[in-house]
Amino acid sequence: MTEALDPGVRRAVIRAALSVGVATGAYGVSFGALAVAAGLDVWQTCAMSLLMFTGGSQFAFIGIIGTGLAAAPAAIAASSLLGVRNGFYALELTQLLAVRGWRRPAAAHVTIDESTAVAVTQQDIRASRLGFWVTGVTIFLLWNLTTLIGALIGNALGDPRSWGLDGAASAAFVGLLWPRLRSGDAVAMAVVAGVVAVVLSPALPPGLPVLLAALAVLLRWRR
Amino acid sequence: MSLWAAILVAAAIAYALKLVGYLVPGHLLEGARTKRLTAALPIALLAALIATQTFVTDGAVVLDARAAAVAVAAVALLLRAPFILVVVLGAATAAGLRLLGWAS
Repeated sequence: MTEALDPGVRRAVIRAALSVGVATGAYGVSFGALAVAAGLDVWQTCAMSLLMFTGGSQFAFIGIIGTGLAAAPAAIAASSLLGVRNGFYALELTQLLAVRGWRRPAAAHVTIDESTAVAVTQQDIRASRLGFWVTGVTIFLLWNLTTLIGALIGNALGDPRSWGLDGAASAAFVGLLWPRLRSGDAVAMAVVAGVVAVVLSPALPPGLPVLLAALAVLLRWRR
Repeated sequence: MSLWAAILVAAAIAYALKLVGYLVPGHLLEGARTKRLTAALPIALLAALIATQTFVTDGAVVLDARAAAVAVAAVALLLRAPFILVVVLGAATAAGLRLLGWAS
């Protein structure tokens, strides 16, 4: 820590972090609008982005709770299962960041896909730390601001179906899944999960088919 | 369970999962199998959510404007469109087909 980080490297890290942050912040508008369409009020929508702050889990939660309050346990289970990966990111980041004291709970809150990706792809440990914090804080600010904007837009729109917001919700999930479909196995898992979930849907309460489909995939690909 | 309670419980679990990674000794959770299952979980959950959000309404399997929205989203992603454009195209597809009366 005696030498300062090269100014060129520093600028490059900050630029990368800010561009990831701005791109992700834009998702917030869709989340806000879709959460309101799913039946949350503006406060509840904003509370999710402030307190949960992990996009995939937030989308999953509103996707299931939109079918009714009876699906709340399934919505919590799905959002929690999607949040498990953040714990593994934290595991990778704990040595890299070496956070202590009040910084640790703060680092935990901004431990998400994007801040982890920027941190672990740097060559220098100081660049990693800078990248993690700039990305995490930028996304946190923009995600919450754009969630509020999206929620207000969603409130003003009225009937969500005539604006195609249900189509937007499905499209948003496809966008979240897409970068993970990098292997034949991943595509096969997605197809199996999708088919199992649809086949089970007429027989089971909402939310449960999603969880059972995930379980089926884990059992099928456990080795 | 009220909607507020569900939101707060889900948020508390999401935060606890993040924090626990900073607190537990890493070797307890390492291993190729754990890593693979952690990678598989989001794929399975997201795919199942896409399928139910697109093809299920009130417990019945239906084919409507949402399926077209998903197809358009997939094409847009193949053409490397940014996320926000994918979402807007999904909405425009579903809304447009309903406006024209070509799909419910």
